[in-house]
Amino acid sequence: MQFGVFTVSDVTTDPTTGRTPTEAQRIKDAVAIARKAEEVGLDVFAIGEHHNPPFFSSSPTTTLGYIAGVTETLQLSTSTTLITTNDPVKIAEDFAMLQHLADGRVDLMLGRGNTGPVYPWFGQDLRNGIPLAIENYALLRKLWDTEVVDWEGRFRTPLQGFTSTPRPLDGVAPFVWHGSIRSPEIAEQAAYYGDGFFHNHIFWPATHTKRMVEFYRKRWEHHGHGPAERAIVGLGGQVFMRPNSQDAVREFRPYFDNAPVYGHGPSLEDFSRETPLTVGSPQQVIERTLGFREYVGDYQRQLFLIDHAGLPLKTVLEQLDILGEEVVPVLRKEFAALRPAGVPDAPTHASRVAARSTGQQHTDQQHTGEHTEREVA
Amino acid sequence: MTRRIVVLSAGVSTPSSTRLLADRLAAATGDALVRRGEQSEVEVLELRDHARDLADHLVTGFPNEALRPVLESVAGADAVIAVTPIFSASYSGLFKTFVDVLDRDALTGVPVLVAATGGTGRHSLALEHAMRPLFAYLRAAVVPTAVFAAPEDWGASEAAGSLQSRVERAADELAGAVAARPLRVRADEFADVPDFTALLKG
Repeated sequence: MQFGVFTVSDVTTDPTTGRTPTEAQRIKDAVAIARKAEEVGLDVFAIGEHHNPPFFSSSPTTTLGYIAGVTETLQLSTSTTLITTNDPVKIAEDFAMLQHLADGRVDLMLGRGNTGPVYPWFGQDLRNGIPLAIENYALLRKLWDTEVVDWEGRFRTPLQGFTSTPRPLDGVAPFVWHGSIRSPEIAEQAAYYGDGFFHNHIFWPATHTKRMVEFYRKRWEHHGHGPAERAIVGLGGQVFMRPNSQDAVREFRPYFDNAPVYGHGPSLEDFSRETPLTVGSPQQVIERTLGFREYVGDYQRQLFLIDHAGLPLKTVLEQLDILGEEVVPVLRKEFAALRPAGVPDAPTHASRVAARSTGQQHTDQQHTGEHTEREVA
Repeated sequence: MTRRIVVLSAGVSTPSSTRLLADRLAAATGDALVRRGEQSEVEVLELRDHARDLADHLVTGFPNEALRPVLESVAGADAVIAVTPIFSASYSGLFKTFVDVLDRDALTGVPVLVAATGGTGRHSLALEHAMRPLFAYLRAAVVPTAVFAAPEDWGASEAAGSLQSRVERAADELAGAVAARPLRVRADEFADVPDFTALLKG
């Protein structure tokens, strides 16, 4: 099982000091957080994509390319990459580049975005959100899985004799997660392709997460990728820890109360009950996180949000120390002990290359029809 | 078969004349359904009890565990009786907030009776220029008679055109609309998702 952190990339005033970091500082902080994540033994760093203040992360592959150069083992991902408003050709190219530079330590999570004006800013119509996600991803797959592409669709200029370069590393495209909070169509899409499904359930009640994941697993089996319990599931999580839980609550409360997403609404206690937010001791985080398994089944990736709402870098790095030293080692052991045989790990470049070379047809090839020939490096 | 009548009462004082009107409309609707051979059960939702839950929903985007069953109840109702006080020429903010967080198809085709209370009879047309269009937007089937209760109505004699006669006329219209419809079955959002091969074809 993989553990990591994901960042929204917000530039938010620290409510306890009134200080607002500069974009430059937050960008460098993101790199520091990624390096620290590797240093403390976490597996994944993921970063969001936004095209409006107060967020800095408009170009995730640029950031991840730099992080690839200063890390050795960290898996680099996104949370999310906008499949609706980015040109799928550019996504294919950018992530294949990143794959080569990072020696394959790359996957990505696709999402539709939650900022209405991004659609018109990028020449699209918000009402086409689902059709864009479906058509653009179908093209993205084709660009990675087929060397010479002829293509015509509804939303993009046609392609004749187009080859996306560089070709995916070792002829194996990055693994794709599909993130959606509310849309069953996206869970259906992930299931159809045999891709991963990520439910960022940090702002939603567990009952809803359970239904979405159940639906994805059922559809995964329906589409012929194997038993439902072997589908590839990722979850969000949100934690703040101190050795003494009262200290954690006292320190985090002003950040919670003023947070951009849920601030000035429910109390920290209410929100902790309604969502996976856990503010307390490392032991409380361990127990809560193990509890996720009870409603989504055995899953492959757990990402924590730890750096938003104006929390200073020093505090975030302390959180990473606690995760790395006290929380994740226990979670690894406990989750592994509970997991039945046959439940796979999260796919990595190495595992996907190995799966292909042993002649085992990887699930994402099943729906590409006649276009299954691949460039092998 | 038993029809579920959900009453939304947005009064904020206790006791509330909005609730008083809501109870009269609910009782009259139950009687009118009995005359049509229909059983009914009434659930009264006091929106004031969920004022904070509604504010939380506005900022978090999801209903908390106290509000969730309330929204599900409305989405499964065979009929809705919606009663609000008139504040500043329209339905109250509390009432509108509740409507704002309903699923957009929660009341599609559902018979709805709209009613209001106010400090003076001069507010009565707020039912026609605010409440009726609001429920038209939700594609609800609003019955022709909307009931407004002004302070003087509570002391008026039982003549033709009195509050009680308006209540009974509106309740009879609502019961007629309910009896003409099949029992409501709640759709499962996951049951309607098309297979991906259909989605791919656009």
